[in-house]
Amino acid sequence: MTATELLRSVDPSPAARFVEVAGLRLEMTQAGAGRPILFLHPGIGLRDAEPFITRLAGLGRVLAPAHPGFHRSDLPAGMATVDDIAYVYLDLLQSLDEPAVVIGSSLGGWIALETAVKSTHNIAALVLVDSVGVRFAERDGADFADIYALPRAEIDRRLYHDPGRGRLDYPQMPQSELEILARNREAEARFCWSPYLHSPRLAARLHRIGVPAAVIWGESDGLAPPAYGRQLAARLPRATFETIPAAGHFPHIEQPDALAASIAGFLEGQGFASQKGQAR
Amino acid sequence: MRVFHFTEQPYPDAWTPDQPSLRVTTPNALCDPQVAADLYARYQDEWMLADELGFDIMVNEHHSTATCLSASCTITLAILARITKRARLLALGVPLANRRDPLRVAEELSMIDVMSRGRLEMGFVKGVPYEVAVANTSPVDMMDRLWEAHDFIIKAMTTVDGPFSWEGDHFHYRAANVWPRPWQQPHPPVWITASSPGSARAVAERGHVMATFLSGYATRAVFDVYRDVYRKTWNRPAPADRFAYLALCAVATTESEALRRAEKVAGYLRTIGAVAEAFRNPPGYASVADNVRALANFGKPRLGLTLSSGRVVYAATASCEELIEAGLMFAGTPDQVLRQITRFSDAMGGIGNLLLMCQGGDLGHDDTVDSLTLFGREVLPGLRAAVGGEEKRAMA
Repeated sequence: MTATELLRSVDPSPAARFVEVAGLRLEMTQAGAGRPILFLHPGIGLRDAEPFITRLAGLGRVLAPAHPGFHRSDLPAGMATVDDIAYVYLDLLQSLDEPAVVIGSSLGGWIALETAVKSTHNIAALVLVDSVGVRFAERDGADFADIYALPRAEIDRRLYHDPGRGRLDYPQMPQSELEILARNREAEARFCWSPYLHSPRLAARLHRIGVPAAVIWGESDGLAPPAYGRQLAARLPRATFETIPAAGHFPHIEQPDALAASIAGFLEGQGFASQKGQAR
Repeated sequence: MRVFHFTEQPYPDAWTPDQPSLRVTTPNALCDPQVAADLYARYQDEWMLADELGFDIMVNEHHSTATCLSASCTITLAILARITKRARLLALGVPLANRRDPLRVAEELSMIDVMSRGRLEMGFVKGVPYEVAVANTSPVDMMDRLWEAHDFIIKAMTTVDGPFSWEGDHFHYRAANVWPRPWQQPHPPVWITASSPGSARAVAERGHVMATFLSGYATRAVFDVYRDVYRKTWNRPAPADRFAYLALCAVATTESEALRRAEKVAGYLRTIGAVAEAFRNPPGYASVADNVRALANFGKPRLGLTLSSGRVVYAATASCEELIEAGLMFAGTPDQVLRQITRFSDAMGGIGNLLLMCQGGDLGHDDTVDSLTLFGREVLPGLRAAVGGEEKRAMA
């Protein structure tokens, strides 16, 4: 079954789409076969991620879990920080047959960093796409635009190269999708509100990430500008930096082909043969 | 029935039409400290008058806003504790989910209770959505924080044998030991605001006073949930003193003059919605179910007030006559106001505490004094008689 079929299927038995990790039920999209690729979604969840996941499936076996509290994944009492989420993914990575390529977008990149500083034992390589999580600015400066202080239209302008991509016609959406939207928005705030989009201790731990890393950035990202991505790449021991044209904060939504090709190139450069053909 | 005089202590000079938001982002260059000093003195004078006239007193707090100069309930109440003689002093309220240090809240409230020799009414609220950004507390789990802070404050005020420790989900203390201990034993009465059946249930189970604000005739349904839960929990009917309702008020010797004053007080309603979009509904403040309902109705008109004629109006734009009909405002001659309040209280099944914004918007000092004086002399005695005097305070 392709990722497209999985994501579009009107699920007769939702349990089939859930996996259990360390006692937690996580909603999980899986596609492709071969080397495990863990895709960690941004704060908006897996919305509009289907085309990108389909392309990733050409590179290996994609696992795209919904983080605790997002979509229909459990939110255990007391889970309050990205650090807590990182331990869930350490357990998930440990359960796989071989080290995984971990790809994180925005909040997902922060989670990937927080996971990798603890252990890269089960991580083959890291791909950070418009990641947040690390503080570089002075105490009265800001690395990121404050999405919690901006009107909706301005948020769309900052997140997307084409702001129209962010617009949703809420009254036309089914109840189940509105629930996921509302749940994701709440979960994102739970983990990202303050300290805003970063953990203060993460910068001092980045030296522990010894695996190859690709830092990839949307040229039009108005939330975390490309200059932030360059700083992040410079602080990682083995990182490359590349930008994607005509993409904002979510290249996986606006430029899934270019992003998948960039990732495929990075992995080949690291000597990882792609296992199910090239990214299309 | 107790009647509390309330003003938000507004700074109406800053309410210019070019200000897109009167909260959170309003620059304080618009605040002249000399004007603010005069306003504080004036509002305190009006509370002293209210004390002499037989009113009780309510204060509140808001943050980063020209609509309310009171950034701390307890600072205002500390002054009123000393300059008033007999009024009950209600803080409604301390925004517990936005307060990082409930021990400090317990200490300050105990000081006020002692300085006022036992006149404090201790109101707790969650905190309004737009002030989450100002406090930069998390907008999720706010009710959890409200109730944990509440439990801690009650324990801190009622523990008399030295320090205790507290390791909660949200608050941590090594040596909580409140000096002075409160005057009222075991602790000052607790008030909590509620607007939904769920929150009414939580307040009734604890037996606290439940206050609703500007909810009009829809208030009855929330009161009835309280009554039902209270009876089941405490095995007796809920006394009228467990209920409080907040409305706007203006009195004058003629109806036309009263309505002129009322329109000024309604400046509060005209400006309350002037909040920059981003801060109106922070993520997690409302439940997922409430947000789903809001998204499904995105772009449609907000929920309005349904008048007895069936017509729907909005508080921000309704005329004073419509606000009176909806139960959000009591205004007119003393006789008219007495009838309006009695009718509303009867329709609610009895209200023991009426919270009246007798100063709002740019209603000036002379108008406020005259309105308060007429109410105190010609409405208050009638209310006491009509609602059967002051009910014995329930032991909760």
